[in-house]
Amino acid sequence: MVNTRVTLSGLTLDNPVIPASGTFGYGYEFAELYDINVLGSFSFKGTTAQARFGNPTPRIAECTAGMINSVGLQNPGVDKVIVEELPKLRQVFHKPVIANVGGFSFDEYAEVCRKLDGEEQVGLFEVNVSCPNVHGGGMGFGTDPAVAAEVTRRVKAVTTKPVYIKLSPNVTDIAAIAKACEDAGADGISLINTLLGMRVDLRRKRPVIANTMGGFSGPAVFPVALRMVWQVYEAVSIPIIGMGGVTSADDVLEMMLAGATAVEVGAANLVDPTAAKKIVEGLPAAMERYGIDDLTTIIGGAHHG
Amino acid sequence: MEQRILTITAQRRLTKDVWEMRLAGDAAGCDVPGRFVNIRLDGFYLRRPISVCDWRDGELTLVYKVVGGGTAAMAALPAGARLDVLTGLGNGYDTAPSGDRPLLIGGGVGVPPLYGLCKRLIAEGKTPRVILGFNTADEIFYEEEFRALGVEVTVTTVDGSYGVKGFVTDAPEIADGTYFYTCGPEPMLKAVYRATACSGQFSFEERMGCGFGACMGCSCKTVTGYKRICKDGPVLTKEEIVW
Repeated sequence: MVNTRVTLSGLTLDNPVIPASGTFGYGYEFAELYDINVLGSFSFKGTTAQARFGNPTPRIAECTAGMINSVGLQNPGVDKVIVEELPKLRQVFHKPVIANVGGFSFDEYAEVCRKLDGEEQVGLFEVNVSCPNVHGGGMGFGTDPAVAAEVTRRVKAVTTKPVYIKLSPNVTDIAAIAKACEDAGADGISLINTLLGMRVDLRRKRPVIANTMGGFSGPAVFPVALRMVWQVYEAVSIPIIGMGGVTSADDVLEMMLAGATAVEVGAANLVDPTAAKKIVEGLPAAMERYGIDDLTTIIGGAHHG
Repeated sequence: MEQRILTITAQRRLTKDVWEMRLAGDAAGCDVPGRFVNIRLDGFYLRRPISVCDWRDGELTLVYKVVGGGTAAMAALPAGARLDVLTGLGNGYDTAPSGDRPLLIGGGVGVPPLYGLCKRLIAEGKTPRVILGFNTADEIFYEEEFRALGVEVTVTTVDGSYGVKGFVTDAPEIADGTYFYTCGPEPMLKAVYRATACSGQFSFEERMGCGFGACMGCSCKTVTGYKRICKDGPVLTKEEIVW
């Protein structure tokens, strides 16, 4: 009997598999197909202070082994999330959930986290300083170590729950930014958000995405994500949630050996709504295949010896 | 939404670019006209959303246009091929407000979902009238299939090579409708919006990520708030649309 449990800053998960923010809504579309309580947790749709429509359409472009999205943090705003979405989420998911928080100012990050801090089901904050799809915010907070550190301090001041900072891969030195967040009190690091990318429509001879650029994700980015998890693991001693192109139980094990304590599954949910469930179900067999009894023992294992 | 494995039983080329695919299996939730399925294809990352043309117990008919690599790969699939399909997606048309003589207005590859709708309306004892619009005579498909249902059909072609010359809005029936259902390219939908005095329902198309409401890739603004074309649509009422 293998042990798939992992612990993120005191929060114990039955397994390390977590659907990533923006690919899982608030859970109930997926609950139509399977009991989502088989998941370790999930990170709900990025939430901001005010309701946002997001970017113009088209927001989606297909790529080889991946996709580009330019949704732009569409969400109903934190007050509606608390009053309307979380009660519905509670009907279908009975474990602590990860609250993904977006923002356009230090005050906004703090305000949203303060409001969600009172929600019992929120087990952990994942603070998105890395959205490539919004101007004047998002990724701008995640490309400068000092600014990412200040977001961390402001959020830590309003909550006692664990705070994970979600970082952008669109930087020169992600390890330096992770270290700055750790020094500012972050409980963990979540990475990677999407890679900035674009496509051109050959018929129209214009960008496919209305906003020209968007965030590239899917299996094609897995090696980049894995490399960054490796680099951040070398730089910090706080837990890492690894993500980027994870599609299989084997990918989960690779991410953990590179340094992740838990692993998020993103784009895979959109092309196969039962992808996360299949990964959870595939984990014990994959562990046996590679002689792993206890997942916790392999975290960062590829760095040693 | 359900996830099903369906087996292709036949493919038939209707025009240069338009194909009809028949699938066997349990197409759960496809019994509401105007819904769609989302098909996984080897070698393509995203699924391809295709409107449901017709359904019976254990059989599904899709009519689709080859517009790129994915749909070209679909057209090349042989009978016997098994497809991973998300079925019963979207809200579909509401037949309750149709009245006795609703107008069905389809343009090009927007025609297919109106076929299943037409059959449903007839089964409900109503007498739909149909306007089908195409660019040219050689692009016309499903005219005979609609006529075989015993309904009045007017075909329009932009170049006048068949039927009424012009757009669907040039068909004489457009003026005296009491309720309509429409599907087609957006410029056509806007023209129908302006040309009709009565109320009706529009089916929209948008680039989708997931097709089942999770990714917010296909959102639009409506009078009643933000809607996802894939989950809250693809059918919107005339009163909801912001044009």
